[in-house]
Amino acid sequence: MEKMNTENHIQYIYGIADNSLILGQRLSQLCGHGPTLETDIACTNIALDLLGQTRNYYQYAAQCMGESATEDTIAFLRTERQYRNVLLVEQPNTHFGYVMARQFLFDVYHLLVVTQLQESTDSMLAAIAQKSVKEVQYHQRFSAAWIKRLGDGTAQSHQKIQEAINDLWKFTDELFYQNEHDIAAIHAGVGVDVSTLKESYMTTVTEVLTEATLTIPAETWFRKGGKEGIHSEHMGYLLAEMQYMQRTYPDMKW
Amino acid sequence: MKQDWPLWEVFIRSKNGLEHRHFGSVRAADAAMALDNARDVYTRRNEGVSIWVVASKDITASNPANNGELFEPAKDKVYRHPTFYKVPDEVKHM
Repeated sequence: MEKMNTENHIQYIYGIADNSLILGQRLSQLCGHGPTLETDIACTNIALDLLGQTRNYYQYAAQCMGESATEDTIAFLRTERQYRNVLLVEQPNTHFGYVMARQFLFDVYHLLVVTQLQESTDSMLAAIAQKSVKEVQYHQRFSAAWIKRLGDGTAQSHQKIQEAINDLWKFTDELFYQNEHDIAAIHAGVGVDVSTLKESYMTTVTEVLTEATLTIPAETWFRKGGKEGIHSEHMGYLLAEMQYMQRTYPDMKW
Repeated sequence: MKQDWPLWEVFIRSKNGLEHRHFGSVRAADAAMALDNARDVYTRRNEGVSIWVVASKDITASNPANNGELFEPAKDKVYRHPTFYKVPDEVKHM
């Protein structure tokens, strides 16, 4: 096995952690907005799980970088192009159907990744993954249940969740795209080869959507770019809000 | 929401060996959702190892208007408490 350089190592960690950070930020925007007290708390719990995972990854990345890097500088002081999250997780909370569709399409992938990451030769990443697995299992259970309820619910809920799936489907192919850092991580035994996960992903997604009486869009055009730092038009607004305090009051501490 | 989901009472056992205790209530469309909602609302701080949910409508409750006849008569019958025995010193944890 080849040893990977620090830059590849850090970029690989970002590739995993940034997904959790940005989706956690998106979900936390819903805090206090329902639609019911119970779903509000559930979504906030998931956001907190994701942010907790992010902190573990970033603390480790900061340790690898040395110097003055901290989890906060990584989270708040990068520019848009330096975030490696997939486009799916930055998509807006258009309506509850979108929130659940985005969550489900990510959760199935996320669970496959952290399950595999437990086998990483990087013992820290393996440990973080091991801690995350149970959380992510619950996320998938929660979002899959909502996909089924909405799909197999009323005519209106069916139409709305199908609309969300149709709109978000074009972002799913990027989940399996790997950049040079990912490839280096795989060669070093550190990273998960996500291209091998696509089949399991499609099986689970198809199973749940079928039970929900929903269909996978026959789309052949997919968007990607997030993993290379080329984000959608929504990302800038999300970062502006998330980074506001650190940008306005540099080095501010709670 | 025009129509609220039905109400469910939540009972949680905090440790094995203890009994389930009433923790509160949640709204949910059905029992499975009630269980998930109860998990999210009431066990966020590691409160439980087991959850029961019961549809609130299935609970038969005493009427507070009848409290007088139901509970007042017991108040002055202290002799119903086993407090008139001398407990020997050797008996601990009573």
